[in-house]
Amino acid sequence: MAAQPTQPARAGDLHVMSPAGPARMGIELSRVAKSYGPVRAVCGIDLAVAPGQTVALLGPNGAGKTTTIDMILGLRRPDSGTILVLGASPAEAVRAGRVGGMLQDGSPPDFLKVRELVTLAASYYPHPLGVDDVLRLTGTAALADRWAAKLSGGQAQRVRFAAALVGDPDLLILDEPTAGIDVEGRREFWQALRAIAERGKTIVFATHFLEEADANADRIVLIARGQIVADGPATEIKAKAGSRTIRATLPGAGLAGLRALPGVQSADRHGDAITLSCSDTDAALGALLSSFPGTRDVEVRGASLEEAFLELTGDDNDDRDATGGPPCPGRQESR
Amino acid sequence: MTATTHAHPATHVHYEILRSLRNWRLLSLSLALPLVVFYTVAATNRHVVTDGISFPLFFMTAMAAYGGMWAAITPGGRISVDRSKGWIRQLRITPLRVRTEVVAKVLTAYLMVLPTLALLYLAGASLGVRLDAAQWFEITGLLLLGLAPFVAAGIAFGHLIPADATGIADAGFVVVLALLGGAFGRLFTAGIMLTIVKLLPSYWLVQAGKTVAGSGSWPAEGWIVVVVWTLCLTPLAAFACQRDTATG
Repeated sequence: MAAQPTQPARAGDLHVMSPAGPARMGIELSRVAKSYGPVRAVCGIDLAVAPGQTVALLGPNGAGKTTTIDMILGLRRPDSGTILVLGASPAEAVRAGRVGGMLQDGSPPDFLKVRELVTLAASYYPHPLGVDDVLRLTGTAALADRWAAKLSGGQAQRVRFAAALVGDPDLLILDEPTAGIDVEGRREFWQALRAIAERGKTIVFATHFLEEADANADRIVLIARGQIVADGPATEIKAKAGSRTIRATLPGAGLAGLRALPGVQSADRHGDAITLSCSDTDAALGALLSSFPGTRDVEVRGASLEEAFLELTGDDNDDRDATGGPPCPGRQESR
Repeated sequence: MTATTHAHPATHVHYEILRSLRNWRLLSLSLALPLVVFYTVAATNRHVVTDGISFPLFFMTAMAAYGGMWAAITPGGRISVDRSKGWIRQLRITPLRVRTEVVAKVLTAYLMVLPTLALLYLAGASLGVRLDAAQWFEITGLLLLGLAPFVAAGIAFGHLIPADATGIADAGFVVVLALLGGAFGRLFTAGIMLTIVKLLPSYWLVQAGKTVAGSGSWPAEGWIVVVVWTLCLTPLAAFACQRDTATG
């Protein structure tokens, strides 16, 4: 298998390269918007994913994650804005076999065994990986001779993952790959995904679980109401979303003094009531009580990560449009 | 240019056929049932002459046509099941072309028809049906051509009708057309109803046995009916497929 005719295929690959060259060959979305009738699903998203990154699109249901992913995969056309996938249009990238995807709510087709399904998927791509290698890598080798349509949720997702992976795409897109799977199934799935990420693939996955994004992505893009509300390394987002609040009654205290307390990120006041957003509530509470002995009615909101995340995505506000579509708000400045 | 021709459609076709061959519900309707009905009815009417030909020849053709209708329509109809499982959308994000999928469905439908014809011919021969090689060839050609509207209808239904209703649509289409076309015995021998059923492709499928025993080919009327049905249902199937796979 030395000097065999790989030359034409290489030429095909070059065909989809952008003039910008490989340095910028990840995903680039610029001002992408999409509506379904009156419902504005995606409201102007700018996003660049570098090659080799693992990015989580994190957001509540209805945030626009699936619409964004469908547009990156060429299944939907944006109303406005441009999308470049590996330097080409989404449809071109898919046609060249450079993209693998796992869509939401899918299940394997019937009357096929697991190995057959993965073999079939491999046949669509120009340079597939070995079927047995992929089965092993995704922890599905033991399922190879089972009917693909009759697997448990977690097994089925890993098989679908194997089918998405076997074409050896440069980019893998996974839409809520662990939805509806039990804890054990999830653990196994992410284990398989991390093994792939280590091989240098660009991976974008959607989830509404903060822990999943945190544990499996280099970078978290937080999406709410069709917009990106936060974007950064997992640790940064986690610190931001993981902050907890202390509320207390403290007449006459200066906000500057409160902000200077250890463990406090920001301070706010409404009349005599103060609200401190803290990265470390223990340190902040101790410092608050010793520096401001007049503090009364202290309440530490032990916000869970999920609650903090919901707060960050603005989903705790009850101002959703009754017709279903969240309006596209102006981009909000974080305080 | 050549960048889009990497995929090997043969594997897709191969697995489409494999999936249909494993579908025992399809095989029971396209193969087992027609065969059982043929033997049950024809064995006790071996020496009867009906409509100018031997009953086994008439009924062999009728049951081959009836099973063939099921075999032709079902692979397309299964598109709706694949769609409900997200498989059609999943294929959209692979390099596989839509037209390859459609060609695979048509090939699968026809390949599923062949075992039905072969088994019914053997059953017919075992009950004394004797045709020369040219006649076997002619009857097969007429049946395959006459089944084209059913292949197209299957693909159209598969794309247009939700998964839980496609089976009913397929069954309704096949059973009504088979009954009216006379697959289980002629319902009409004269009058306006005969004129109407002569507009159905199923009538000409059932007539294929008598045709090869006589002139060897359908009259112009038969050809027109089959061609018009095919020409009407094929664009419908193409439209349905395009609508189902369009980018939203």
